[in-house]
Amino acid sequence: MVNLALYWAEQYQQEHAEVSISVTGGGSGTGITAMISNTVDIANASRAIKPEEREQALANGVDPVEHVVARDAIAVIINPENPIQKLTLQQVSDIYSGRINNWKELGGDYCPIVRLSRETNSGTHVYFLESVIRLGNKKDETLFSMDTLLLPSSEGIIAEVRDNPNAIGYDGLGYVTPEVKVVALARDASSGYIMPSVETVNQNLYPVARDLYMYTNGQPQGLIAEYLAWIHSSAGQQIVEDLGFVPVD
Amino acid sequence: MSGNKLKISEVLITRGIQFSGFSSILFVLMILYFLIAQGLPALTEVPLGELFNTRWYPIEEYYGILPLILGSLVVTLGASLVAIPLGVLTAIYIAEIAPSWAKEILKPLVELLAGLPSVVLGFLGILVLSPFLRDTFHLPTGLTALTGSLLLGMIAIPTIVSISEDALNNVPEIYRHGSLALGATRWQTIWGVTVPAARSGILTAIMLGVGRTIGETMTVMMVTGNAPVMPDSLRVLFMPIRTMTATIASEMGEVASGSPHYHVLFFIAVVLFLFTLIVNIVASNISSKQMKRSERILS
Repeated sequence: MVNLALYWAEQYQQEHAEVSISVTGGGSGTGITAMISNTVDIANASRAIKPEEREQALANGVDPVEHVVARDAIAVIINPENPIQKLTLQQVSDIYSGRINNWKELGGDYCPIVRLSRETNSGTHVYFLESVIRLGNKKDETLFSMDTLLLPSSEGIIAEVRDNPNAIGYDGLGYVTPEVKVVALARDASSGYIMPSVETVNQNLYPVARDLYMYTNGQPQGLIAEYLAWIHSSAGQQIVEDLGFVPVD
Repeated sequence: MSGNKLKISEVLITRGIQFSGFSSILFVLMILYFLIAQGLPALTEVPLGELFNTRWYPIEEYYGILPLILGSLVVTLGASLVAIPLGVLTAIYIAEIAPSWAKEILKPLVELLAGLPSVVLGFLGILVLSPFLRDTFHLPTGLTALTGSLLLGMIAIPTIVSISEDALNNVPEIYRHGSLALGATRWQTIWGVTVPAARSGILTAIMLGVGRTIGETMTVMMVTGNAPVMPDSLRVLFMPIRTMTATIASEMGEVASGSPHYHVLFFIAVVLFLFTLIVNIVASNISSKQMKRSERILS
């Protein structure tokens, strides 16, 4: 999310030379901790504030107000030659943890499964591990199968999925090109299979999507309010789309 | 007065040259100190049993570096198998057999290969070599140790060729003439006289070429798939692998400074440094032996 925050800040400063915004990375926890200790005006987070963090903040005289500024959907992608059309989250989890190793087990061709992932330093990697492989269960300690290919870039994943009929990968919706096939996902076998799109994400239908937040101390005032309004404007949300995230309506 | 000035500038220049001479020693020592200072805490923060374990997944505190060390060794070994025969034979061809026009074409082309940025090689690896290998060997994926080895071989070949060729050219012409005069064929002369006479130079070339491949980062990161699989048999050449260099390059950017993960990455750098140090010491031992031999010949 730091890329998005940086891009917004850069663009906004170009349009408003009198405003100076500095953005630091470090992860959602870092941002929220800084909000609690009241050292920042805005905390960016790709997860919602936890109840105990809110309590700490209130004890410190800080009242964190939540703003959803963008959304992020992860698409699961396969080669267009692969006959698979849809998967449940449990099946995706079993593929990536190494319990399912051949497409035949899912009704596809007799081909070994080649698992692709972003490197461990990517936020998408961690989100995928927690929400898909562990299905959101905090006590689950399942890991990526050891032979999962860790590719340094989104482009690397798209290229390998495009060329390799055995491959499965995942990536932010905005990075997906028409040369790969997006799989419809279902929370479980009884619920419907949903294709990721701006609409299904905004209607909370697609299961692998998350909100991206900004937190302010109290209702935003003055410059901060103007900045947040700009982020929600079409100019701000265009940047969201350009960087491969889903705009909020 | 002017004599004095001359003396001062003389001293300054001498000192300046002296400093430049010693500066590389200083830099190496400083780098070594920094690596060790940042890497050694890993030994106390991570139990040795976990450090030399087979699972690498640092974001959940699995710090087993064995698959990374073996991954680097497998790719380097594969690259040597490609680069040594091709490199030495190319050098023999250029130095001993090729007519002068072929020499004039080949030498600059080999040097051009040396100048190819490794990211370009990696790019070709992803787009051309990896799909080719997958189809030819019916592999699950083309991003394998073999792909990395073949490309690293390309990186090592120029070093091996140019140093081996120098060594061959340094063999006195009398040796060849003597051998041919005794009735040996051209091939017998090359294999029985010229190559053995240049042996230590060729070995140095091989070691330096291998040294280049251990430290190479960009290409392997792009084409070997980076899966930290523990190699168990030679089959591993056809499987994805993760090297020490690729691990440092892809993880150092985001790691929290001072964390165990950060120290372990520096520890990997120390291990890598030791590997290249050993290779370089072996290489320089071989070349100093050569010196003694040639001294013997002169006396």
